[in-house]
Amino acid sequence: MDEQAFKERHMRLSRDSVEKETTTLNLGPTHPATHGVFQNILEMDGERVVSAEPTIGYIHRAFEKIAERRPFYQVTPLTDRLNYCSAPINNMGWHLTVEKLLGIQTPKRVDYMRIIIMELSRISDHLICNSVVGVDSGAYSGFLYVMQYRELIYEIYEEICGSRLTTNIGRVGGFERDFNDTVFRKIDKFLHEYPQVLKEFENLFNRNRIFIDRTVGVGPISQERALNYGFTGPNLRATGVDYDVRVASPYSSYEDMEFSVPVGSTGDSYDRFLVRNEEMWQSLHIIRQALDLMKKEPPGVYHADVPKYYLPRKEDVYTKMEALIWHFKIVMGEVDIPPGEVYHSVEGANGELGFYLISDGGRAAYRLHFRRPCFVYYQAYPELVKGALLSDAVVCMSSLNLIAGEMDA
Amino acid sequence: MALTNEEIKQRLVEQFPEVLQEFEEPYGMLTFTGPRDLNLKILQFLYDDDRLGFRFLTDLTAVHYPEKKDAELAVVYHLHNMRENVRIRFKIFAPVSDPKVYTATALFATANWMERETYDFFGVEFVGHPNLKRILNVDEMDYFPLRKEYPLEDQTRIDKDDEMFGRGPDRMIHQ
Amino acid sequence: MGRPVRFNTKVKMVEMPDGQSGEGYFATSFDKVIGLARKNSLWPLPFATSCCGIEFMATMGSHYDIARFGSERLGFTPRQCDLLMVMGTIAKKMGPVLREVYLQMSEPRWVLAVGACASSGGIFDSYSVLQGIDQIIPVDVYVPGCPPRPEAILDGLIRIQDLVGQESLRHRHSERYQSLMTEYGIQ
Repeated sequence: MDEQAFKERHMRLSRDSVEKETTTLNLGPTHPATHGVFQNILEMDGERVVSAEPTIGYIHRAFEKIAERRPFYQVTPLTDRLNYCSAPINNMGWHLTVEKLLGIQTPKRVDYMRIIIMELSRISDHLICNSVVGVDSGAYSGFLYVMQYRELIYEIYEEICGSRLTTNIGRVGGFERDFNDTVFRKIDKFLHEYPQVLKEFENLFNRNRIFIDRTVGVGPISQERALNYGFTGPNLRATGVDYDVRVASPYSSYEDMEFSVPVGSTGDSYDRFLVRNEEMWQSLHIIRQALDLMKKEPPGVYHADVPKYYLPRKEDVYTKMEALIWHFKIVMGEVDIPPGEVYHSVEGANGELGFYLISDGGRAAYRLHFRRPCFVYYQAYPELVKGALLSDAVVCMSSLNLIAGEMDA
Repeated sequence: MALTNEEIKQRLVEQFPEVLQEFEEPYGMLTFTGPRDLNLKILQFLYDDDRLGFRFLTDLTAVHYPEKKDAELAVVYHLHNMRENVRIRFKIFAPVSDPKVYTATALFATANWMERETYDFFGVEFVGHPNLKRILNVDEMDYFPLRKEYPLEDQTRIDKDDEMFGRGPDRMIHQ
Repeated sequence: MGRPVRFNTKVKMVEMPDGQSGEGYFATSFDKVIGLARKNSLWPLPFATSCCGIEFMATMGSHYDIARFGSERLGFTPRQCDLLMVMGTIAKKMGPVLREVYLQMSEPRWVLAVGACASSGGIFDSYSVLQGIDQIIPVDVYVPGCPPRPEAILDGLIRIQDLVGQESLRHRHSERYQSLMTEYGIQ
């Protein structure tokens, strides 16, 4: 065709971009950008995303069905593997749910110990999320630098329960052993060394021109849409709604703690990053308060006095008669579990992690359902990413902190 | 004035006389049952009413009760009023032979995947859902795994022997 | 004058294979030299699905450095990698994806199954979890643990290195290997 016609065609095509054909791009289950296994099929118009279709279920392990087979104390290792970056929060949430069902009241010292562990795991989860946002926008050193300090948190867990990642910490009614001096020493070391690391991490990212260009305006969402989609946690707080389960329905003596809940304004990736950073500072503040309050409580108390549900110490089982009987009854399932249904939620690192437990009086749950925050807010991903560039889609995905184990359960 | 369970119950009974049943308060959360066909109307009323204002759907799931004939599948909605900080639980029952329930997707965008998950696990068909297909299980699966009649383990596996795990047909240790 | 400089004199050197050496030449057999080069520069593909993936991130970090063993460069495309590290539970939905990734790798390729779930299904004896990845692809080394400590993952990597160093150059064309591949239905 001649030059005039060619120019006209070119002008018309660039004006009517809607009529252009779209390319399908598969951000498949195995991709460095998808942290965890979920798939996104993006319809691209050049570099812009027109629509996205997420597919999940690549790590569906049928937790809810497995939990119907197991007695309550055996469900804790399953809850570990929901949000495996912050496993103790899931464990504590499950124990609190069962304690609500059974009507157990834990002593204050146990509550403060639980708060310390939950806040440490919140720090550990936010560290992974924030440093991975950095990795996805090209800044690998933040990730390496900060992983070193997650090792300190792992050492604290190891001292308490023996395991680093999937902790199975605590029992219904408290903990299996008291915190010894090494634990307090390690927590003090962490509280001493970590703040300057967080400060340096903030210096690297917060006012970094490239990072701001990569994350400001990426994946924004308004408050009404976020509430309609069921967002909770840092993603909701980044839009400006200050809903935090620790403040709204306090559990485990959070009402004794003084902390502020950071909120953002636009709900884009930069706000989510900043909200998580600020939550880490607040967690450090909470841990210090909990340590101080623990010192005022009578020492040596690490579980509630409920012999019906809390396994006695092995020394007592081998020497005393009542302890032997209680041990037998608890393990063989001869204790009375009241039938009923209970819903309890905790503030997980990603949002409101809820446990809906229906008990029929038997040894195992009749039905257990996990209200998983990642599953709920991943539905909004197509709306967040519509019209964005491909690299923005990747940064948006990693700033949402999607953990595949929690999404699929 | 804070919103109490009494007030919620009173307003619900005023609006929907004689159809709501089984008002209970297990562990402080008001729970009630409604008829299957009115679920959207009840949800809409709870959403629109200025005083009640339950505008956040926390959770949507189902429970299978095989012994309740003609009402085996219970769909449970957990709603939350963030201003007054009150939660309620609303249940509807559907028979397994006709498990159709109206979808809440128009009212709550979050119900989209929650209903897909409920369909995947229990077979509850949500009428009017934009994309009702399996979400967590393999697409080719032809049964609904969380119903009570199906076993947990994969029956085609060859390496784990049920007898060795104490789960043989004669020797179930528990349950 | 700045702080005193300390040189690291304890650098570990890899052992030289046996062979004939003389003025300006060194003769040894091919498979020793090639095995030596391959094992100290494995390019892994971390196929991280769940919790074991987080332990792998800790292994990659500076505390338990995996770069010491030559695996500095992680690839995410199977075309460029020789070691497939499967870390985490593989559900039945993910099985075909894993097989596709394995088929895209070119010989010689090794597979490391990290964690209880990849080795045998782990604690998830349920309808949706594949009870071990060796039902779909051949595995060289299994690392038990739930999740295995980073030291255990490194131990698995060292055993893979032993396998790589001792492999004969004709192994991939041998009868035994070909019959293994046909068992799995791989050409």
